[in-house]
Amino acid sequence: MNILTGNDLKTGEVVWWDGQNWSLSVHDAVDVGDMGEQILAAEEAARRVNVPYALVASRTEEGVRPAHIKDRVRALGPTVRRDLAVPTASKTGWDWVI
Amino acid sequence: MTDLGTSPDEVQFRFRDDEPADHGTVTVDACCDQTNATAVRIEPGDDARVLLPFLDRLALVEVNFPSFGDGRGYSAARILREAGYDGELRAVGDVLIDQLSHMRRCGFDAFAPDKPLDEGDARRALEGFGNVYQSAADARKTIQELRHE
Amino acid sequence: MYQYDQYDQAMVDARVEEFRDQAQRRLDGKLTEDQFKPLRLMNGLYLQLHAYMLRVAIPYGTLNSRQMTALGDIADKYDRGYGHFTTRQNLQYNWIKLEDAADILADLSKVEMHAIQTSGNCIRNISSDHFAGAAHDELIDPRPYAELLRQWSSFHPEFTYLPRKFKIAVIAAETDRAAMRLHDIGIQIVKNDAGEIGASFYVGGGMGRTPMIAPQIREFVPLDQLVTYAEACLRVYNRYGRRDNKYKARIKILVHEMGAEEYTRQVEEEFAHLLEQGVEPPLAELERIKPFFADPAFEDGPKSVDRSDPDFALWVDRNTVRHKHDSYVSAVISLKPVGGIPGDATGDQMRLMAKLAKQYSFDELRVMHTQNIVLPHVKIADLHALWTELEAADLGAPNLDTIEDIIACPGLDYCALANARSIPLAQRISENFAKNGRTEELGQLKLKISGCINACGHHHAGHIGILGVDKKGTENYQLSLGGSEAEDVSLAKITGPGFDEDGVIKAVETVTDVYLEAREDGERFLDTYRRIGMTPFKEALYD
Ligand code: HEM
Ligand code: SF4
Repeated sequence: MNILTGNDLKTGEVVWWDGQNWSLSVHDAVDVGDMGEQILAAEEAARRVNVPYALVASRTEEGVRPAHIKDRVRALGPTVRRDLAVPTASKTGWDWVI
Repeated sequence: MTDLGTSPDEVQFRFRDDEPADHGTVTVDACCDQTNATAVRIEPGDDARVLLPFLDRLALVEVNFPSFGDGRGYSAARILREAGYDGELRAVGDVLIDQLSHMRRCGFDAFAPDKPLDEGDARRALEGFGNVYQSAADARKTIQELRHE
Repeated sequence: MYQYDQYDQAMVDARVEEFRDQAQRRLDGKLTEDQFKPLRLMNGLYLQLHAYMLRVAIPYGTLNSRQMTALGDIADKYDRGYGHFTTRQNLQYNWIKLEDAADILADLSKVEMHAIQTSGNCIRNISSDHFAGAAHDELIDPRPYAELLRQWSSFHPEFTYLPRKFKIAVIAAETDRAAMRLHDIGIQIVKNDAGEIGASFYVGGGMGRTPMIAPQIREFVPLDQLVTYAEACLRVYNRYGRRDNKYKARIKILVHEMGAEEYTRQVEEEFAHLLEQGVEPPLAELERIKPFFADPAFEDGPKSVDRSDPDFALWVDRNTVRHKHDSYVSAVISLKPVGGIPGDATGDQMRLMAKLAKQYSFDELRVMHTQNIVLPHVKIADLHALWTELEAADLGAPNLDTIEDIIACPGLDYCALANARSIPLAQRISENFAKNGRTEELGQLKLKISGCINACGHHHAGHIGILGVDKKGTENYQLSLGGSEAEDVSLAKITGPGFDEDGVIKAVETVTDVYLEAREDGERFLDTYRRIGMTPFKEALYD
């Protein structure tokens, strides 16, 4: 699936496109098919997200899993500070990241 | 003379009292070849020093910033002022609010931005810093000079 | 320590207001991200993997207890209770909101601090010897010269849009504790045959993807021409440095492609011209700055410690360094607890270090490029009391310059540019050696880890270096040997094919085995490597 991510302009938090809004949980991410560019352009212009980009992910039993390790680290938080993990994403274990 | 399309009426800010030059600029190469050119336009890759022999006849030097992040034009400006050029020095192109005060310090006294700037923002940007740490092309006393007056 | 006068304070305050205005224009949509990015970077604000990151300048690595306390308070108030001390003697906060950034800068300005030019293609925070003013082997305190250059480089009108970032280091001892020759400009304050003080200029060093050691381009610049000479170096770079390719834009590439001789010739020409322009600040300014760095009132006292507690004795041996006054030492507070995150400190730890500095070190602290903190002037008589408090706060790791004192960049845990994580490696390696008890036996061994080719973790300069690379979407690590950032500067060489995480941890053990086997009396790892070469290490690693 193709999903969208970026950072919140004001807070810098990592956010994922859930079809309507930007969610803090990667598991809310929806498949945007080939609409990615269009949504990104509109959302960035409206300043509802900052530096957004599209990426490939897959839907697994544990939720939406970005293909690249960098995006999985973004989804969950630094692997060396597990106390600071993104709460809504923590239903996945840390093995999920690496 | 090739007119590069910049005419004085696109100048948004000008800090001079004399009449603006009313003719288009030529390239640096053309300026060196033509004995009558009075207005020239410097591109980032041009060596401003090749103009030094002709400064007497120049009334306008435009320095083009195709992208604001390319800072060669700041050196070009200072080099011309250091050599005594006192005609109009105009920054053109991708000229933005937050570059104005540094450009002023390097000797620019006219600005023709591609996109017109918000006048209030521009004024704030130009007035923001009361003092300066380095001597440059403007006549401002540096902080170090003020400390030891 | 240097103190702002009304001018310095006004400049920093103006900058806070300027940034507040810029951030507001960004939030209002008057600036696009492309336009805002260089402006926020000029104030140390990055957008990182998880959030905005703010990098605070610690000029020449020196700060007082009030400043360190403020850093701790900011960590608690605006961040998640900690910060990361970097190889550039700066501090980074990892979880900053754009909305708060101007308020943080305002808090910093209250204690004479800022984030100006800690990023962007401008002249960055100037680094220096972390033992400046305390070292027994220095010619003179280099910081007044660094301060002079700090002022000159701040808001420089001509050099704010350089081809690339620009880093300057200033030292004044033969022992190089600041990786001077791995900077864009390295300056060594020296004395000439006539007994005058002046500056040796080294230009075109750097790490990153094309590491280079800076050649000397001038042996002696008189002190009343220091700023003018630097200006000439920068102008030639600003005019001719490459702008077509960001990876070739550093001054090291210009000096390399043009040749050091031709670059020097052009600098000298520009220098002669600039001398006539009168850009040099009055020499009186240097005289005004110097007293800020005068020696504190040292007192005679005991010159040795009671070694009956072996843990304390070990810490004294490892973490204290000879001082120019024989009743004092410089004490290093390790931010490398075994299994910890190199360079991280909590708000509480920062406030404690501040308190200890006030109590025991004439109110002064330093940040080392090795991501540790120094209390530069500690009475030998106070060491036990100091150590006791450090121990209690998990700040007493006795491992300066050992294999546990690992430099590691934030890597893939925090950094958007990373290929691989660096911190977990550092954690596991330090645990490994703490467990197998080899740390002591290995002696001085500098291990440095970067998560990508940008080399923020100085891996090129590690006796052992580790570089994270991407191997088809998984983390992989290249090992290199033989680097040094010190006066015996050299660049490390890659051993061969890379390893996975477990593999590289094993490989570090293997190369230390080879060293222990082969070393001769008094040799450090680096010395043995230089004597026996790469082959024995390679054989042990790959055969
Ligand atoms: C996390 C955000 C960071 C980013 C995005 C970043 C980015 C970069 C980049 C792109 C370079 C290469 C520059 C070049 O070769 O032209 C670089 C070099 C460097 N960075 Fe960082 N860095 C970060 C954090 C750090 C940290 C935490 C440190 C200190 C531990 C640091 C210290 C350095 C040093 C020492 C260099 C090498 C300088 C040289 O090439 O001469 N950086 N950084
Ligand atoms: S070396 Fe690479 S991974 Fe490490 S902090 Fe620098 S840019 Fe990031």
